[in-house]
Amino acid sequence: MKNPKLYILKTARRLSQAFFLILFLFLLFKAEFRGTFDKEIQNIRIDYPVSIFLEADPLVAISTAISTHTLYQGLKWSVIVLVLTFILGRFICGWVCPLGTLNHLLSFSLGEKKRKERVKSNRYQNWQTIKYSILILMLAAAFLTTLQTGLLDPICFLTRSLSTSILPAIGWSLGKISGFLLLTNIHGIQKLSDSFFDFSEKYFLSVKQPYFHISYLLGAVFILVLALNRRIMRFWCRALCPLGALMGIASWSSIFGMEKKHERCTDCNLCLVHCQGACEPIGRVKWKAWECHICFNCRVVCPEDVIRFKFFPKDEAIESVPDLSRRRILRSASLGLIILPFSRVSDEFKVNYNSRLIRPPGSLEEKEFLARCIKCGECMKVCPNNAIHPSLLESGIEGIWSPIIIPRIGYCEYTCVLCSQVCPTGAIKKITEEEKLGIKTKKPIKIGLAFYDKGRCLPWSMATPCIVCEEWCPTPKKAIWLEETLVTSPSGEKIRVKLPYVNPELCNGCGACETKCPVADRPAVYVTSIGESRSKTNQILLNPYGKK
Amino acid sequence: MDRRNFLEKSLKAGISIAATGSLAYWLYNRDVSSKDVSLKMQVRDYSVKISEEFPEMVIVRGESPSKIVKTAIEELGGIKKFISTGDRVVIKPNIGWDRVPAQAANTNPEIVKAVVELCYSAGAKTVIVTDVSCNDPRRYFQRSGIANAALSAGAIVNLPSERKFRVLKIKGEVLDEWPVYRDFIEADKVINIPIAKHHNLSGLTMSLKNWYGILGGHRSVLHQKIDESIADLATFMKPTLTILDAYRILVANGPQGGDLADVRQINTVAAGIDQVAVDAFGATLFGKKPEDLSFIRLAASRGIGRMDLSKVRTREISI
Repeated sequence: MKNPKLYILKTARRLSQAFFLILFLFLLFKAEFRGTFDKEIQNIRIDYPVSIFLEADPLVAISTAISTHTLYQGLKWSVIVLVLTFILGRFICGWVCPLGTLNHLLSFSLGEKKRKERVKSNRYQNWQTIKYSILILMLAAAFLTTLQTGLLDPICFLTRSLSTSILPAIGWSLGKISGFLLLTNIHGIQKLSDSFFDFSEKYFLSVKQPYFHISYLLGAVFILVLALNRRIMRFWCRALCPLGALMGIASWSSIFGMEKKHERCTDCNLCLVHCQGACEPIGRVKWKAWECHICFNCRVVCPEDVIRFKFFPKDEAIESVPDLSRRRILRSASLGLIILPFSRVSDEFKVNYNSRLIRPPGSLEEKEFLARCIKCGECMKVCPNNAIHPSLLESGIEGIWSPIIIPRIGYCEYTCVLCSQVCPTGAIKKITEEEKLGIKTKKPIKIGLAFYDKGRCLPWSMATPCIVCEEWCPTPKKAIWLEETLVTSPSGEKIRVKLPYVNPELCNGCGACETKCPVADRPAVYVTSIGESRSKTNQILLNPYGKK
Repeated sequence: MDRRNFLEKSLKAGISIAATGSLAYWLYNRDVSSKDVSLKMQVRDYSVKISEEFPEMVIVRGESPSKIVKTAIEELGGIKKFISTGDRVVIKPNIGWDRVPAQAANTNPEIVKAVVELCYSAGAKTVIVTDVSCNDPRRYFQRSGIANAALSAGAIVNLPSERKFRVLKIKGEVLDEWPVYRDFIEADKVINIPIAKHHNLSGLTMSLKNWYGILGGHRSVLHQKIDESIADLATFMKPTLTILDAYRILVANGPQGGDLADVRQINTVAAGIDQVAVDAFGATLFGKKPEDLSFIRLAASRGIGRMDLSKVRTREISI
C-alpha cells in the first residue's frame, strides 16, 4: 500500500505552495506606503521588492523582450525561473505559482462521487492545448508591439484582481463590521475591534478605503476563474494559462521526469483522482511532460509503485513536446498578428487619444506604453491617493486594464514616484522626485492640463467665494492664479470674489484641483491629457514650459 | 387529507399570513429618520482656569524651536498648570500638506516634540499627536517630520482612519452635522499647535483655522462660508493651550506654499490660553491688524476670545 515515506514529497510541495502564496500576499500588502515614522525619510520609497513575482515571470520577460527588444531591470530574475524549467519542467505550476495554489485549494474535494468523476475529467483532454494557442497568439501580437500577455498571465491576473477588487471588497466589508461593532457601545467590543483594525491597517488593509473603476468586473472574472475549479480541477492552469503553456514548451529539455513500470499498473485510477495537470500518469500510455505540474500526487498514491520520478528517465514512455500541428500554430499566430492593424485603425490613433486618458507620471509615449504595460495593477495598488485605475476602453481595445488616472477620485501626489518604482516592465519608467518636479531641468513632468468649466464654478458664475482649487494646487509658483473682482450677487449686492485661472506653463496636470473641487458631481475644474510630457503631438502650447 | 395533515397545513398558512401581515403593518410608511430635539450648539471644553498672577499670553523669540516653546510654557505658569497626572493629551499640530519643514506649511516638528516631552514630564498618561491631513496622512506625517519627532518623544501618532470619525451634531451656524475625529472628542486635554501662515481665502491660517483638521468629510465646501465655519469650530473646540508656531512663517501662496522664497524665519512662538488673542497677535507678525481678518472679528464678537491685545496680559521674552 501507500508508502508513508513518500508523504514527505507531498508535504514539501504543500509547504512550498504555502510559502510562495504567503510571500506573494505579504509583498502585495507591502505595496503600500504605511509610513516609516521611526526614520526621518523625505524621499518615500517602498522598502520591499514588491514586484518580484512579476519580475521573475518568464512570460512577462519574454513578451516584453519581443515587443521592445529589451529586458527591463528586474526582469533578469525570470532567467533563473526559465533555466530551472529547462531542467525540472513545469514545477513552477505545482510548487510556486500563487494562482496555481489558489486553484489547487479550490479544486480540493471529498466524496466518492466526485472521485469517480475525476477519473474521467483528469484524463488528458484536447482542449488543454487552448493555452498554447493563447500563448502563440499573444507572442505574435507582442511581435507587432501590442502587449496582451498581462490579460491572462497568472501573476498579472492575480495581482490585478486582488489589488483592484478582492482586497478593497474585503476592506470595505471589514469596515462595515467595525462600524457595526462600534455601534454596540460596549467598551470591550469596541476596544477589541479597534485593536484588530489598528493591526490590520498597519499590515494589510488600507487606511483609506480604495475604490476602483469597474472593480466589479475584475472581481467577477476572478471569482469565475476560481469557481471553474469546482467543475474541472485547475481548469485555468490546464486550459487558459499562457505562462503554463510557456513552461510546458520550456520543459521540452527537462531532464527530470516520470518513468512508469507499465506492466505493474492495475488500472486502479488513484493517480487520476489526484492528478493536477491531467498529464496521463496511468500506465500503458505516454506521460505528457508538458502538462505535468510535478505535484507528485500520483507518485504518492500509486499502490503498485508504477510511477517513479527521477533524473534522466527512460524516454520511450514520455511525450516531451506539446502536440500542436503546424497549421494550428500558424492559425494562432495569424490571429495574433491581425490584432494590431485592427486596433490601430481605430479613431483614437488618428485624432489624439481619449482626452481623459491620463497616464501616471513617467509613463512612456502611448505606443511604447502599450508595448510594455502588462496590466498587472501594481501601480494602482501602490498609489497613495487611489488615483490610478484599471481602464476599460478609455485607452482603446489594446489598453484594457491598463492604468489611467481618474482625477475626480484621486490626484497625482506632487512628490510621489511610487508607481514608477514598482512598475516591473518600465511602462512607467523609474523617475526620481527631482526628475518629476524638474528641479534641475526646470521641466517638470506633466501628465495633463486643468481647465475650468466656468458655468459650474462658484466664484465665476455664482458670486460665491471658494478657491479650493488654488489652495490645493501644489506647484511652488501656483499654476492656478486668482484675480480679485467685484461681482454682482442674485440680490444685486456687490461682492468681492477671487476668480481662478490656469497657467498652462506651470500646470502639471496632477488633478488635485479636480479631486477637491466642491462641485460634487461634475467638477468645475477638470484635467485632460493635453500637454502631457510623454507626447510630442498631444500639446496645446508651442512652448510648453514658457520662454526660458 | 387526514385531520393531522389539515391542521398542519392550516397552521403553516396561518403563521405565514400573520407574519407577512404584521411585518407589512410595521414597515408601512415607517419613519426611520432620527429624531433630534436639542438646538444648543455643542462645545468641547478642555480649558483650565489660571490665576491672575500669570500672563494669558507669552511671546518668546529665540534660535532654538524647542527652547522657545519650553520657555513660553514655563512663563505661562509651567506645564503642570495645564496637564495633570494621568491625562490623555491630544496634540493638534498642522500636518496639512506634503511638505518638508523648511517649506513652512506644517508645524515645526521640534516644537511638537518639545510639547510632547513637557506633557509627559507633567505626568500625562498618553500623549497623542494627530491631525486630519488634507490628504494621505501617511505621506504628510512622514515628510513633515512630525511623526518621527513625536514618536521619538514617546507620543502615540494616530493616523486618521475613516472608521474613527464620529458624526456629531455640532449645531453651529454653518456646521450642522459633521464627522469629527474621535481623538478630539475623547481627550482630557487638547493642545493646539498651529503654524502661522498665509491663506489665500481667509487671509491667514493660525489657531482658529487649524480646527478644520478635526473634521472629516468633504470639508472643502466650507470655504464658501470660511469665516463662519472657523468661528463655529472655535466655539466647538476650547483647547487647554494654544501654541502658535511662528518659527518659520509662510507669507504668500498659502496654505500649501512650497516655494522657499515665500518663507520667513522669525524665530517666534506665542503660547496662550485665549485662542483669539493668539491669532490676533499672529496677525501682527504679517504686518496686519487683528481687525483686518474677518474670522478674528467674528470670533471676538461671538465672545470666543479677545482680539484687543492691549487687554490681554502678555509677556514678551527674547532668549
